[in-house]
Amino acid sequence: MKRFFSSLLSLVLLLAALAAWIVLPWQLVLALCAAIALWMVVTRSGRLAREATKIGIASLPQRWGASLVIVVGIAGVVGVLVAMLAMGEGFKATLNQTGSDDTAILLRAGSQAETNSVITRDQAPLIGALPGIAHAKDGKPITSPELSQVVNLASKNDGSDVNVQFRGVGPEAWALRPQLKIVQGRKFTPGLREIVVGKGAQRQFRDIAVGKQLKLANQQWTIVGVFAANDSHDSELWTDADVLGPAYQRQAYQSMTVKLDGKRGFKQLKAALAADPRLKLDIATTHDYYSKQSEALTKLIKILGTVIGAIMAIGAVFGALNSMYAAVAGRAREIATLRAIGFRGLPVVTAVMLETMLLALLGGLAGGAIAWLLFNGYTVSTLGNNFSQVVFQFKVTPELAWSGLKWALGIGLVGGLFPALRAARLPVTEALRAA
Amino acid sequence: MKYFHLIWAALFRSKTRTLLTLLSVTAAFLLFGMLDSVRVAFNSGGDVAGANRMVTMSRLSITQMLPYSLTEQIRAVPGVKKAAFAAWFGGIYRDPKNFFANFSVSPDYLDLYPEFKLPASQKKAWLEDQRGAIVGASLAKQFGWKVGDTIPLQATIFPTKGSNDWQFTLRGIYSVDDPKQKAQERVLFFHWKYFNEANDYVKGRVGWFIVQPDKSASADKIAHAIDKLSENSDHETKTQSEAAFNQAFAKQFADIGLIVTAIMGAVFFTLLLLTGNTMAQAVRERIPELAVLKTIGFSNRSVLWLVLGESVLLVVLGGVIGLVIASVLVPVVSAASGGLIQLPGMLPQTWGLGLLLMLAIGAVVGLLPALRGMRLNIVDALAGR
Repeated sequence: MKRFFSSLLSLVLLLAALAAWIVLPWQLVLALCAAIALWMVVTRSGRLAREATKIGIASLPQRWGASLVIVVGIAGVVGVLVAMLAMGEGFKATLNQTGSDDTAILLRAGSQAETNSVITRDQAPLIGALPGIAHAKDGKPITSPELSQVVNLASKNDGSDVNVQFRGVGPEAWALRPQLKIVQGRKFTPGLREIVVGKGAQRQFRDIAVGKQLKLANQQWTIVGVFAANDSHDSELWTDADVLGPAYQRQAYQSMTVKLDGKRGFKQLKAALAADPRLKLDIATTHDYYSKQSEALTKLIKILGTVIGAIMAIGAVFGALNSMYAAVAGRAREIATLRAIGFRGLPVVTAVMLETMLLALLGGLAGGAIAWLLFNGYTVSTLGNNFSQVVFQFKVTPELAWSGLKWALGIGLVGGLFPALRAARLPVTEALRAA
Repeated sequence: MKYFHLIWAALFRSKTRTLLTLLSVTAAFLLFGMLDSVRVAFNSGGDVAGANRMVTMSRLSITQMLPYSLTEQIRAVPGVKKAAFAAWFGGIYRDPKNFFANFSVSPDYLDLYPEFKLPASQKKAWLEDQRGAIVGASLAKQFGWKVGDTIPLQATIFPTKGSNDWQFTLRGIYSVDDPKQKAQERVLFFHWKYFNEANDYVKGRVGWFIVQPDKSASADKIAHAIDKLSENSDHETKTQSEAAFNQAFAKQFADIGLIVTAIMGAVFFTLLLLTGNTMAQAVRERIPELAVLKTIGFSNRSVLWLVLGESVLLVVLGGVIGLVIASVLVPVVSAASGGLIQLPGMLPQTWGLGLLLMLAIGAVVGLLPALRGMRLNIVDALAGR
């Protein structure tokens, strides 16, 4: 009965420790490590624990099979978890980098995405005249009326049709997106059927190279340049809005991107829009507009990754428990001898725990390293908000690697505790007598 | 089979170890069951046995609409039995988070989808009401809609008389029996005629055509003939089978098959190592016992089978428990997501693949220990050498 309650108590404590561990910031983790190290150097029981741990670790190579189970099991969990979260992180980063706080996008009220929006040609000059929009040196408002058409291109992988955003822009578009640089060739000439392509599009779709011809809307277009923006524009093709419109029989624009005049520009412009009954438009800074698009998918990936990681972690915990119980059973005489010559419960528990944590740490590092080597910068694409592909890269950030390590150590904690308790409770005389 | 109790006893010789290994195997197959049903749900859109429908849409882009006048031309193509059309509407019910597909359709649209079960009286009521709509059972359940309710939709693309507010009267609720096709119950249909009259932007345009070919006709030939109708016009079409279209579309989101395979690869690799280690340990501990078995007349081969049987039993036992838990959990997940995720439940094919994997893994991890047991030299083993 007493044993049952003490097991129950340790289980509850363990769950509390795990919960605390998950929310623990890295400074505290560091402090905790330092405290344990200090304890092991300064106090007598700490020194005993250190000696016991040394003996355990020295015997690890003899049990390499079982130790490998812990390392590989945990590496698997951390690898899958970090890779999945890196996918969400990469998608989020791509869309968060798109747009800025000093430019705003205007769409027809209620339309949510560019594909659905309509801004008529007579609305465009009305918008340009509103307050809150920055003006160029020549006195013209910095605005870019834009049109985006979803077109079919062949994917590089298997040639299947994918939807790609073909964006028609106004002459000020380059000034509105200063992060966008031409890396090969030149900009398109307004009025001609010329295209510049994003470097992500070039990587993911077939037959995209400077000098090549593309057939879109039954017309031949020439690719004259490649641009890099390191954001979601990288997945697009760009041309002159006044060439794209007629090619697809589109009289109206779809969106209007404007440069805001200082910090108060957004408020001014929003108020002016609300006051003008001819302009039923929604306005958002481009940064807000694009970051919002990543929310749903990022959340979904995070939930999926955590659930899959949790199920795998449960499997890995049982694997670790198994190996450590076997290790304790295999070293029963050794441990009993230690206890007979005066090693108390705490040093013995610490020794087994530290051994498990060390293996877990190795597993976590290996898993994180594998995820980083295989997936960091790995380019994929998915269908974004505008019915078109958004190309993005997996991003293994230090935060993700850190949370992977935390998972690994958490698994080690659970997997090590019960075998450690068993080692400390081992009846000394029986264990010494056993062959 | 007569040795079953022997294998069983050997398996539970070390209870803790077997239990912990079993639980690891269970976790692995639980994950497998859930991920595989996600994969099936994602990849089986429109793949209805015997339906062989085709989709005709703009070759230029998914958002490009086609002229209504194509309808009669397509119906006149030899080999075409029926042709209906639909147009994407993109309405939002209250909040963008409540996303579901809604589109306007021709009155004969449901004739091409016999798997959508709609009571005849409701169908009649819908066809008679210009502003009527029908929805799938899952959707009606999620939002608590009853026949006769008014459903307001906020247009994102097509305003009506300058406003985004559209209202429809719910006239019928259809259901789909096939568990793989439950996602089809998350659609709202209304009349294209009403859409065409009431929206401010497009007139006489439809989104895509659904074509039902005659049984004897060649689908390729029909697709070619339909695409020929609009060749070199500004609305060139592309006709393909519905299954091919759905698969290509799903693949644009992500190659779910590849992701699932990668994750399960990592899981099963770990599992191989773990159960392999358990079996190696189990045999190492029992070497004297195996020697005794051989002494009393068990052949080398029966010892091999005994150990192999033990490892297969271990994996199958854990795996079946995992799949059973998955089959309980999958409907729970579907329900908890408020109908947003429609998983088909555990299908026979998932069970089949799972069992195959269990047998394979059990055999692989058992092989080396089993060979060791088979090659055991009785004298050495008994002497503890």
